[in-house]
Amino acid sequence: MPEGAPDLGTMNVVVCVKQIPDPADPGALDPTTKTLKRDGKLILDESDSYGVEMALQLVAAAGGGEVSLVSMAPNNEVSGIRTALAMGAASAILVSDPALKGTDALGTAKVLAAAIARKSPDLVIAATESSDGYTGTVPAQIAEILGLPSVTFAKSVAIEGGVAKVQRQTEAGYDEVECPLPALVSVTAGVVEPRYPSFKGIMAAKSKPVDMLTVADLGIDAGRVGWAGGGQEIVDIVAAPARQAGEKFEDDGTAHERIIAFLENLKIL
Amino acid sequence: MGLSKVWVFGEAADGKVATITLEILAKARELSDDVTVIYGGGDAPAIAATLGAHGATSVLATGDLGGGLLGVAVASALAAVIAAGDGPAAILLGTTQDGRDVAGRLSVKIDAPVITNVVDLELAGDKIVGTEPVFGGVTNVKTTFTTDKPQIVLVRPKSFAAEPSGGAPAAVGVLAVPDLGATGGAKVTSRFVEEATGPKLDEAAVVVSGGRGLGESGNYALIETLAKLLKAAPGASRAIVDAGWVPYSYQVGQTGKVVKPSVYLAAGISGATQHLVGMKGSKNIIAINKDGEAPIFGVADLGIVGDVHKVLPKLIEALQARG
Ligand SMILES: Cc1cc2nc3c(=O)[nH]c(=O)nc-3n(C[C@H](O)[C@H](O)[C@H](O)COP(=O)(O)OP(=O)(O)OC[C@H]3O[C@@H](n4cnc5c(N)ncnc54)[C@H](O)[C@@H]3O)c2cc1C
Ligand SMILES: Cc1cc2nc3c(=O)[nH]c(=O)nc-3n(C[C@H](O)[C@H](O)[C@H](O)COP(=O)(O)OP(=O)(O)OC[C@H]3O[C@@H](n4cnc5c(N)ncnc54)[C@H](O)[C@@H]3O)c2cc1C
Repeated sequence: MPEGAPDLGTMNVVVCVKQIPDPADPGALDPTTKTLKRDGKLILDESDSYGVEMALQLVAAAGGGEVSLVSMAPNNEVSGIRTALAMGAASAILVSDPALKGTDALGTAKVLAAAIARKSPDLVIAATESSDGYTGTVPAQIAEILGLPSVTFAKSVAIEGGVAKVQRQTEAGYDEVECPLPALVSVTAGVVEPRYPSFKGIMAAKSKPVDMLTVADLGIDAGRVGWAGGGQEIVDIVAAPARQAGEKFEDDGTAHERIIAFLENLKIL
Repeated sequence: MGLSKVWVFGEAADGKVATITLEILAKARELSDDVTVIYGGGDAPAIAATLGAHGATSVLATGDLGGGLLGVAVASALAAVIAAGDGPAAILLGTTQDGRDVAGRLSVKIDAPVITNVVDLELAGDKIVGTEPVFGGVTNVKTTFTTDKPQIVLVRPKSFAAEPSGGAPAAVGVLAVPDLGATGGAKVTSRFVEEATGPKLDEAAVVVSGGRGLGESGNYALIETLAKLLKAAPGASRAIVDAGWVPYSYQVGQTGKVVKPSVYLAAGISGATQHLVGMKGSKNIIAINKDGEAPIFGVADLGIVGDVHKVLPKLIEALQARG
């Protein structure tokens, strides 16, 4: 490239996409293995649709590059991946292996990091937490394994001159953070408006490449992942103390009086 | 008693220790006589008295990080101490932005698991057993460690009551941060604090929250007016945070704040499990929803089946009339 020419560059982004049981139809814990039963069809975790959209926008802004996906899920599940491909991602790696049953967050991060490393991306995007497990630790774990800087809880991301400019949510507001690439960013819900896959996108997604890998393909020792590799165990599952519903009142124009009486009774008023 | 040594990840802003840190200290001092606060920042002397009063024997601080992100710096420093053989039996952190960064990075460095989203914990011998609510809090799972590595635990806010125990100021020591290489590349260039008046959401005695049932952004003013009249903090469901009606700092729930006020009033909020986990520890719950079948009524002590556009203005008017 000649000196002084505008560097339109290209950006390669890997987005972690978790495929989860439909939250509208929550699963159950398997009473013997004490892990989440994952029998039904899985869908794209809504939390990751923001990351996919963010990646598509950043690659478009960079003027070129590719958005690829990485997912770990049982039974060669691809329904959620297809949704993200239909949004516009180009390709995916799916790691699926019976040895991964019961894998904890650290084991998940080891697998995802090994898959991501194959793509040598400029940027890795994940959600701050998944909708079903929500440990919220996988993104930082992936960054540490890959030796990358990370900015978690991003509510806005822009790339300028090889640097990610991120607004990172804090307790009190947000921090403006600058981070050189390659890096990992975890995004919050609402960071962008995820597009709906078009009919054309859905058709195209059917023929986009999905690389199916096992733990052995990634050079990971099966003993370090899965139930055995975890270093933690569930010792008990108990019903949480339930809260009783109280009185219910159909508003007949005097509901506000009920509320005031309730507050007076509690000495709030 | 209990564990030989426990580390608590301490957080503070403007010289004031975060409530989550004090909550965790209340539990930590039950687990061990040797509780050290781990702090990423330069103002440890300013908080040492408060930390000591809540049961910390010492505080190890990195010193000013010069804009570097806290998570990676603290995790790397702790890994070095552990590698040198001075690690603790357990490390307790809050489920916060930085707490998760420290826990995640440290777990990789010492190749040990993290037990997350804990709302209660107990000891079985020298192992921590954490209680974690699943499926929106209808089921509790108890998880323990099977390794002999330091036990990393992420604790949800409001799990324990912050109580001073009357200890002497914590002794301040240095936590050396090693060279972070590429992982230390991220730098904070500026900080923005959102204007907040009135009581803080996670500390207020009364919280008044609004949801999508308010209809449109402008109607959130009803919530703010009511909150002012009740000296309450205004809160929100994620639906209206995502819609941009109010900032994220207003959000109550799984991915927002956990609140446990004396009274929580939910107006036009359906009561999704992710909202419920953030507020069902409230002592008293009032719900206003036009759908008599809304799940929020399952946890409400007083459920009003009605239209927020009718009930809230009348309530506001009646409260204003009382002066
Ligand atoms: C109720 C419950 C409680 C659990 N508690 C713990 C616990 O305390 N400690 C523990 O170590 N494990 C725990 N697990 C297991 C943990 O949820 C799984 O290991 C999971 O594979 C990864 O964690 P997460 O979904 O919680 O990740 P999070 O850290 O919440 O995920 C953040 C983001 O990382 C990416 N990501 C995570 N998993 C995948 C994936 N499989 N494929 C692609 N991208 C992904 C996504 O972008 C996701 O949004 C629990 C599981 C359940 C169901
Ligand atoms: C991973 C994940 C994390 C999440 N975290 C959170 C979180 O932290 N906090 C959170 O709140 N949500 C969270 N959610 C979202 C949650 O699932 C719900 O979508 C959200 O809480 C719904 O907000 P809402 O009750 O305002 O809206 P809706 O569910 O749309 O409910 C609106 C309610 O208003 C009622 N209504 C409508 N009009 C009127 C009227 N005129 N008068 C009275 N009532 C009326 C309706 O009957 C309805 O019950 C999360 C979701 C996921 C997947």
